[in-house]
Amino acid sequence: MSESSKLADAARRNFLAKAGVAAGAAAVAPGVFLSTSPAQARPADEPVSSAKRWGILVDTTKCASDCSACVSACENENGWGSSEPNSSAEQKAHWIRSVTIKNKATGFAKTLPMMCQHCETPPCVDVCPTGASFRRADGIVLVDKHICIGCRYCMMACPYKARSFVHEDLHDQKPWAPRGKGTVESCTLCDHRVDKGEIPACVEACSADNHNALIFGDLYDENSEISKALKAKDSVELRADLGLNTGVRYRGI
Amino acid sequence: MKLSMNYREIEGKSAGFWILLGGLALVIALAGGATLYMEHEGHYVTGMNNQIVWGMPHVFAIFLIVAASGALNVASIGTVFGKPIYKPLGRLSGLLAIALLLGGLIVLVLDLGHPDRLIVAMTYYNFKSIFAWNIILYNGFLAVTVVYLWMMMERRMNRYYRPAGFVAFLWRLILTTGTGSIFGFLVARQAYDAAIMAPMFVIMSFSYGLAVFILVLMASYNWTRRPLGDAVLFRLKNLLGVYIAAVLYFVLVFNLTNLYATEHHGIERFILLDGGIYTALFWIVQIGLGSLLPLAMIYHPTLGKSRPAIATAAALVIIGAFAQLYVILIGGQAYPLEIFPGYEVSSAFFDGQVNSYSPSIWEITLGVGGIALALMIVTVAVRVLRFLPESLEDAAVDPHAKSA
Ligand code: SF4
Ligand code: SF4
Repeated sequence: MSESSKLADAARRNFLAKAGVAAGAAAVAPGVFLSTSPAQARPADEPVSSAKRWGILVDTTKCASDCSACVSACENENGWGSSEPNSSAEQKAHWIRSVTIKNKATGFAKTLPMMCQHCETPPCVDVCPTGASFRRADGIVLVDKHICIGCRYCMMACPYKARSFVHEDLHDQKPWAPRGKGTVESCTLCDHRVDKGEIPACVEACSADNHNALIFGDLYDENSEISKALKAKDSVELRADLGLNTGVRYRGI
Repeated sequence: MKLSMNYREIEGKSAGFWILLGGLALVIALAGGATLYMEHEGHYVTGMNNQIVWGMPHVFAIFLIVAASGALNVASIGTVFGKPIYKPLGRLSGLLAIALLLGGLIVLVLDLGHPDRLIVAMTYYNFKSIFAWNIILYNGFLAVTVVYLWMMMERRMNRYYRPAGFVAFLWRLILTTGTGSIFGFLVARQAYDAAIMAPMFVIMSFSYGLAVFILVLMASYNWTRRPLGDAVLFRLKNLLGVYIAAVLYFVLVFNLTNLYATEHHGIERFILLDGGIYTALFWIVQIGLGSLLPLAMIYHPTLGKSRPAIATAAALVIIGAFAQLYVILIGGQAYPLEIFPGYEVSSAFFDGQVNSYSPSIWEITLGVGGIALALMIVTVAVRVLRFLPESLEDAAVDPHAKSA
């Protein structure tokens, strides 16, 4: 087992102990976690289940134009953003970015976060020669940094520009988000948090700032907040013409 | 094959021979140094970035791989289509195919983020990936061509030479289709989403490969003072003319069908009208210098018979080929992805902008190193094995001789 995965494992066990306490707290104060629909923690030795499919609904009507809380939260959580001193702006990694779109006809502009859309039929996985790009049974699309040869074919294939190539040596990495020169990376949907029953850092930050533009949850669970929200009001997947059935969906565009 | 053709190693004792070898070795060494530097520092020292992820090395690598398949075409015409005048050229054709492919593959591998994981690439296969299929196709092509050459060169094996030629011929078509499909599968990119990409690459391979073949043939016969008759050379240059015209036709159809589909109007406008460097490369270098000019030279009543003019035409085709691949590859990535149709898009990650790329000296050196490696393989091989006929005089290649 590599050093980083040992660390991750330790972090996971450590967390599980605390999770018990947290569960008690939730019982004491019901409703506290409801708006963020906490995921069920997955014991470390249990395989990822295909009975779930994780997704995010982005309500662009609630996304504030001057806010980048989700982006900063992701940088802090996963350790990208300020770690590539030699790379040019075009070369730096972006796991999530804030995009401004302006309607050409009306001039109306709005902001929204863009990240890996966690496609159900991901082109990045289809084209990857080695299988380093893979989709977990619960819908999270990841890169195995040990198998990735850095061919960048997945970056060519991704319709959303969701992936980044690491152009230089990195230091001070987060143990749960290993990154490496010469490999490709993208949003992991905070799999390390989701596996512990938490929600992704971006979603948490958005709620903490009281914007509540992001809802995370299980798309297969009819009673999850995200499923209810999707059922209640209109939403779209980006580049729906490609038929990728993305796990990330947008409301208000 | 009943032709009494004598093949012999080149002498390889002249100063010129050693200078050529030394020069090639130097370029290869420089390319090795550039690679070590890029891999040690990371790709931030290159021109590539997270917007343009395939850069100059890919232009070189794809040129070499595509040309490799086309170079074998000369042998195929001799074997599969039974044209006797092409038969004496079969050995060089096979050798060139192998050399170009190796040169291209090495560039492709050395530009990976992790060339050290080559063994991973060879052992982990995702069979859904056209890229993985290409790895198999390339390796197979090498094997098939080696066998084909062996059947050609080993008298006892001559009777299997035709079937081997057929296999090589088919394999080659599949291989280039596979290379073209690398782009055809990128449905999300406006520039590549076209089924015609694969057949277009097959035709491009004929033209690129033959241009390289003509140059190598002329150089090796000139430098070794072996006779090369007009019969062979004019036949080849006329064929090159046909291929250039065929590529032009495919480029026309490709762009016209794109103009027909509304969602491709943006990228078409970009390449054909206001793409700056890409528009210039397309019209001036690819179409003008790389297609129309050599076509005119080849079919010109006097120029078409001049050897320097024929060599120049072949060189122009290669320059045009680089322009064409640059426009397809880099131009296609420079044009922004269309994620929000009908919206103006901007972000800190360069959404909605035309992406810029300026190749670094390291990437270019690596690419040129691939060409040098291919030429080195050819130079050494013709020195140690019998690849080149002693004479390609008109009388020696008498087309009236019966073919086997
Ligand atoms: S958004 Fe891109 S990187 Fe993410 S799963 Fe889809 S194709 Fe892959
Ligand atoms: S860069 Fe890595 S993850 Fe992407 S296609 Fe290549 S091997 Fe797969």
